[in-house]
Amino acid sequence: MSLGPLHPSSAAPKDRLAKSGLSRERQLELYRFLKLNRLVEDRLTNLYRQGKVVGGLYGSRGQEAVSVGTAYALGPADIVAPLIRNLGVMLVRGVSPREVFTQYMARGTSPTGGKDCNLHFGDLKRGLISPISMLGALVPVMAGVGLAAKLQHRSYVAMTYIGDGGTSTGDFHEGMNVAAVLGVPLVVVAEHNGYAYSTPTARQMKIKDLAQRAAAYGIPARTVDGNDVLAVYEAARAMIETARAGGGPQLLEVKTFRMKGHAEHDDASYVPKELVEQWRAKDPIDRFERHLLAGELATQDELDAIVGRINAELDAEVDFALASPMPPPERAREGVYAGGARS
Amino acid sequence: MSGGTGEITFLDAIRQGLWDEMKADPTVYLIGEDIGVYGGAFKLTAGLLDEFGPERVIDTPIAESGFVGAAIGSAMMGLRPVVEFQFIDFIANAFDMIVNFAGTNHYRWGQKVPMVMRGPSGGRVSGSAFHSANPEAYFNRAPGLKIVYPGTVEDAYGLIRAAIRDENPVLFFEHKYLYRRIKGTIPADAAPIPLGKARLARPGRDLSIITYAAMLHVALEAAEILAAEGIEIEVLDLRTLKPLDEEAVLATARKTGRVVVLTEEPQTGSFAGEVAARVAEKAFWHLDAPVARVCCLDTPVPYSPPLEDYYLPNADKLIARVRELLRA
Repeated sequence: MSLGPLHPSSAAPKDRLAKSGLSRERQLELYRFLKLNRLVEDRLTNLYRQGKVVGGLYGSRGQEAVSVGTAYALGPADIVAPLIRNLGVMLVRGVSPREVFTQYMARGTSPTGGKDCNLHFGDLKRGLISPISMLGALVPVMAGVGLAAKLQHRSYVAMTYIGDGGTSTGDFHEGMNVAAVLGVPLVVVAEHNGYAYSTPTARQMKIKDLAQRAAAYGIPARTVDGNDVLAVYEAARAMIETARAGGGPQLLEVKTFRMKGHAEHDDASYVPKELVEQWRAKDPIDRFERHLLAGELATQDELDAIVGRINAELDAEVDFALASPMPPPERAREGVYAGGARS
Repeated sequence: MSGGTGEITFLDAIRQGLWDEMKADPTVYLIGEDIGVYGGAFKLTAGLLDEFGPERVIDTPIAESGFVGAAIGSAMMGLRPVVEFQFIDFIANAFDMIVNFAGTNHYRWGQKVPMVMRGPSGGRVSGSAFHSANPEAYFNRAPGLKIVYPGTVEDAYGLIRAAIRDENPVLFFEHKYLYRRIKGTIPADAAPIPLGKARLARPGRDLSIITYAAMLHVALEAAEILAAEGIEIEVLDLRTLKPLDEEAVLATARKTGRVVVLTEEPQTGSFAGEVAARVAEKAFWHLDAPVARVCCLDTPVPYSPPLEDYYLPNADKLIARVRELLRA
């Protein structure tokens, strides 16, 4: 049993990102997804303030590199189950901003037709499984997704996410243990972002690193700097390929920080200001931008052009969502059961 | 409480009840997620940490089974825990502890488990499938538990105090739609309200609506509308669902001869079904019409407002059903 290094790689010189074999084109694609993640959420924040969002808004500001880096490491047939803050995962898997906007605005054109909210939707064609609000629940379920790969001799890998708070649940523990004993191809990304709602990690557990939990299951683990998209990508890719090769479940801890409250309504006054400022300096998108410019992988004009294209797309996508009707009431009755039966 | 309150909300009344019981009994303590420093997701426990300290307002990890189990253990050792579920939907994560442990303990080996498990429940807030549940029917089946579900400010205050004083595990549901929408005053001499007693919320002679919690207000709204036509609706607020005040249920059924049971839950397997069965079994010969249930659709709680409105009972749907029964 091997435990990876328990210190985050942010101990490395601040502005030097991890080495990566990714081409310039692919790094620019990563950049596009990072910006898309943030700009979609910025639009949602505006819509929320205008009263257009129905219910709460759960953002991932400061954590975009985790979602984007890990999802970007998946193969096309892999199956992933994101949590409510993993918008970037969904965008990388091909979810369009209009799907997100219509969901948050409860419109009839949303992927769930108005039946469920925010990022609570999935689509197996794009390898996406929908969460429930109960934390930890996805871990055993994704162990089962991995088990199916094993039993059916298929080569896909299952991946899901858990927050620092979520690792306190019984479901997390049971799911990890089942996955380990059954040796299924599962990568669990443990997103260590400092706070579970208002509860700091130190009030959630007595260990310092989520990766330490892996020892209890006898599985490999690593901790990486979650604000270095290249480090996240490389670590996720290695674990995904290990799992695919029969190495069993893997735990990837990413150290990052939740830059806003639990949801938009929460001003996070319980978070010390210095802590927020410390992490602001480590913003994953700013750092990646500096890396691209310093390494002469892109010019500022090229990056601006990417952002310009995203904003033009988002203008249209927001307009689509705003123009979409609410669902017809009778739809509430539909779809409790699947139709038909196996012949 | 000294001096009584001015006009306070439903949420304030529950906080006041917790406060007063904690003052009166040093064995009462609170445990749950984000209830201390943060004051709870709805700020219901705001200020309690400052007053009572971290040994009586305990923040926990996200681990419903863990902290409900710990509450059970401490209750057996002489404490009176009040557990908060951040949303009542998360009670599902502690089902085993509640149903198999807390509920059976006294019956099996005579050991009491005096504790309260409370939290925000119910819909009409676009909370979707996991933040809108009404789980009373799941637990009504489970022996050994009591279930309280108040619908007024006065009852919220009096019943939370009685629930804390009870010697059994009590589930105390708080409809979040009522939290800041209804107001009332608590007199200085307000006493705990005994569990197991329904309240006649409005007397009438033509038809009885038996209900509780947020639906109480829908029933009263419908009764008011029908009163303008000279139809006198009686409204019975159950307040405690288990033990059920069967005497009050049968009394109103026998009085009016027509009964609608109004609840906010999927109809199949509902708590309303139990009430309807009691009426049909024990007041059948007094009835002039079949017992009716007005409940929600048999679906998860949908999110989008038009869908949720369609899912939930409201005064129009209730009045339509009442008119059918009055024609019978």
